[in-house]
Amino acid sequence: MNILSPSTIQQATRLLNEHDGAIVMAGATDLLVNWPSNLNAHERTYLDISSISELAFHSFSENELVLGALCTYWDIIDDPCAMQHTKLLVDAARTVGAVQIQTRGTWAGNIANASPAADGVAALMALDAQVTLTSATGSQTIPLDTFYLDYKKTRCSHDQLITDIRVPLVRPEFASFVKVGARCAQAITKVGVAIAQTDANWRIVVNSMAPVVKRCAAIEHLLNSQTPVHSPRDFAQAIEADLAPVDDIRSTASYRKAVLARVLYHELAPCCPWFSKNGISKNGINQ
Amino acid sequence: MRRREGLAKLTGSEKYIDDLSIPGCLWGMAARSPVPRGIIRQIHFAKDFNWSEFVVVDHRDIPGTNEIFMIQNDQPVLAADRVMHIHEPVVLLAHPDRQACRHAINQISFDIDPLPAALDYRKVPTTEQIQYASDNVFAHLSVTKGDVEQAFKDAPHVIQGIYETGAQEHVYLENQGMAAWFDDQGVLTVQGSMQCPYYVVNALKHALKLDESRVRVIQSPTGGGFGGKEDYPSNLACYAALLALKAQQPVKIIYDREEDLAATTKRHPARLKHRTAVDDQGRLIAQDIEMIIDGGAYVTLSPVVLSRGIIHAAGPYACDHVRIEGKAMLSNSVPFGAFRGFGVPQAAFAMERHMDHIARTLGIDAVEMRRRNLIRDGQSLSTGQVINDGTDRVALMDLALKESGWAGHIKDHAAFNQTHPYLRKGMGLACIYHGSGFTGSGEVHLASKLHVAGLSDGRIEIRSANTEIGQGMLTVFTRIASHRLGLEPEQIVIAEADTSRVPNSGPTVASRTTMVAGKLVENACSDLLDQLGLPVHETGQVVVDAITAWHLDNPGQELVGTAQYRQPPGINWDDKTYKGDAYGTYGWATYIARVQVDLRTCTTTVLDFHAVQEIGTVINNTLATGQIQGGVVQGIGWALMEECCFREGAMINNQLTNYIIPTASDVPGISVSFLENPYEHGAMGAKGLGELPMDGPAPAIANAVADALSQLLIDQPDTIPLTPERIMSLTTPIHA
Repeated sequence: MNILSPSTIQQATRLLNEHDGAIVMAGATDLLVNWPSNLNAHERTYLDISSISELAFHSFSENELVLGALCTYWDIIDDPCAMQHTKLLVDAARTVGAVQIQTRGTWAGNIANASPAADGVAALMALDAQVTLTSATGSQTIPLDTFYLDYKKTRCSHDQLITDIRVPLVRPEFASFVKVGARCAQAITKVGVAIAQTDANWRIVVNSMAPVVKRCAAIEHLLNSQTPVHSPRDFAQAIEADLAPVDDIRSTASYRKAVLARVLYHELAPCCPWFSKNGISKNGINQ
Repeated sequence: MRRREGLAKLTGSEKYIDDLSIPGCLWGMAARSPVPRGIIRQIHFAKDFNWSEFVVVDHRDIPGTNEIFMIQNDQPVLAADRVMHIHEPVVLLAHPDRQACRHAINQISFDIDPLPAALDYRKVPTTEQIQYASDNVFAHLSVTKGDVEQAFKDAPHVIQGIYETGAQEHVYLENQGMAAWFDDQGVLTVQGSMQCPYYVVNALKHALKLDESRVRVIQSPTGGGFGGKEDYPSNLACYAALLALKAQQPVKIIYDREEDLAATTKRHPARLKHRTAVDDQGRLIAQDIEMIIDGGAYVTLSPVVLSRGIIHAAGPYACDHVRIEGKAMLSNSVPFGAFRGFGVPQAAFAMERHMDHIARTLGIDAVEMRRRNLIRDGQSLSTGQVINDGTDRVALMDLALKESGWAGHIKDHAAFNQTHPYLRKGMGLACIYHGSGFTGSGEVHLASKLHVAGLSDGRIEIRSANTEIGQGMLTVFTRIASHRLGLEPEQIVIAEADTSRVPNSGPTVASRTTMVAGKLVENACSDLLDQLGLPVHETGQVVVDAITAWHLDNPGQELVGTAQYRQPPGINWDDKTYKGDAYGTYGWATYIARVQVDLRTCTTTVLDFHAVQEIGTVINNTLATGQIQGGVVQGIGWALMEECCFREGAMINNQLTNYIIPTASDVPGISVSFLENPYEHGAMGAKGLGELPMDGPAPAIANAVADALSQLLIDQPDTIPLTPERIMSLTTPIHA
């Protein structure tokens, strides 16, 4: 196992150039899963960015929140400003692993690891976050919702490092983060959804429902167009159009789709006047 | 009284086997079968790999018999010509570097001709799948009472149900671990995490062909067992010892969590069918019960799990006509083994779900249904055992109802469920019982022995093979001896469970340690007093003085009070007919769960839980309460989320990220109350306690879920775990 320990962004990008295939690590929380038996991982080269002090920050300005690549979930949970301006991020951060993970795991790592189950990514994407990728030759900033290409495939090339994440501070009129896991804490998401609305602009971002964390165009259209919704079932077509969840060791595709429909319906019905409340009755979801 | 080893555990100074530094120690590891059943043709060791650094052991290196010593000895230590389940060990390796072992395991491959595997214990095996006797049945046991056929003929109502429970992992905090070494005289010492040191002695004698004087087994501090360290440590001890023998060096094997979950025993999956004749008032006229359990690939402990299961299958109720048929079936899985409750949780789940089913069918209140049938003194259980212990089981249930606020909640829930858009609340109860100690004549066969020595400084030392596995045995034995002899806790030493020093006081299983072995502590104390020439009720400084005086008179000699189990009078059990007193006594309980089901996600939350039980004398309230609460948490997990996913008989969710156990956030406050009715043949009046709390939560919770969803169910919650996915399938056809 080979570990590279740069102390500046410049050194880091140079080392990434020199060591093709080096894996960037910050909190290492994703790397340590099944570490003893994951023998191939032991032979790899790692670029440990945890000593790059210029990445260890987050800052609120008038228009945006900037998260440095070493900003942890806990940094956000712990910041009263975040609770005031980006509560969605706080809500999502609190559902990640347990406190030990929250204090080590980083938002940038959550993006880079490209797990379809990433809770932090869903919340960031719902807030229109942008990602800054830096290489030895320069930086580019791209919208997070264009970052993922396919399962575990991203637009971050081998010589690029995520240096920061930019979240515009447009306070949504409605925002909600719902995580459905197999238990109340320390759970990997089975169905996750981050919802944010500004004016007639809905953002519906789901995790664990597709090979990547993604925005749901059909569901967003359903809401933006204020199409009448009478019951969870009315989301079914849009869910089918947007998503193709799988049966896996944690849940089933049919459970995931049904729960997403129910969660969307019950989250949105109280704040969407064009929803009819027929679905909320004594027999609840059976409608 | 302070927990004896509490500070060491709290501060992390307790040394578990993984912490124990052994000079020159190698790491051991097993290469395992990749297929569920087949004939081994060849084992390939990769050619471009340096094997010279490794100690390699296969079945040909076993000096004794290639069998794990247990009930039928049908499980080989290492697969020789055939494999019977995925993860069955075939080759063992040892190396100074643990990581090197992990790499080397991947350099071993097997040519195995596959054979048809039996992968569903509920299905009648095809001819090609037969691997044991003529029908893959490991054990077939039955209980009969009265005339069931006749009783059904005249019955006004016959109600049937089928109930299924899944496998469960023990998830002890400390994974399985064992070290072995030979000294210059050829004496084998094995030290590790275990519940039953003498089981390990017997396994080592058998496989390594050693006489007892050349085998020494020491239990190291053990981070939980729950039955998982009853049988399996015998296997692990044999592996470590075989490697140590060949290496002529100490060898340690510590499983990591993935290997532990994949390769070790689990709770037996079970299916029970109930057919019950009842009268218009819901009184039980006749019970016809079939219990099938999945034994896995080898017999191991399945017959005794089945035995305890069927004996408890008819519930704590009076019924004149009972027939219970039990079968333990082979399947090509890791053998299922001992687990807290030992067959009773499966049986109790079925019985208590069925009681609710009968009540619902007849339109009788679930509480009333139980009130009419709970066994009263003078009535008999299914084996014909007449209960006459003076415990009022109806009053016990009423106390649980009162403490849980049953009547009030029923009303609240009805109103809540009418109005809430997606939450539904419900309550359920379960009346349970658990026989203390070994089944039938088991304790007589064990004939356990225990010593209490008087030391030259006036302290006493309890020498037993019973083990502290987190349940508090050290503290309870101290309390029992302290009470018996009027000594302070610090005047009492408890010997390490080292078979070279302690007699065989039996295994630490079956809710027997406090009641049975604890009684031997009392009796050995009595014998000590007798040897000192003191009156039987003498206590305190007089005893200390007598011990020190004895040593002055007998320098260099041992002063040892002894005791051996003797069956209390009036217990009669017939192993052949399964009639009579199956247990010396029983613990009784009523458990009540209140749940909330979220119809959006079909997730069940246990809102509160009330456990009321009669366990004889409560020797230490903190420990007893902890045992109950811990058992309830384990029961909540089994009921709602713990699911072993099997592929070709092997557990595939063998990581704690995917095998879901409850976190602190998933469990409610658990209220625990004890009724005390001393049992004269248990230490200080105690009965067994440890397993009872595993029996009640699952049926209480499933009954509560059925109550919460009573308006919505298209199928009953009769299979656990009640995962959200399963509840969704019970409530409505899933629409996308």
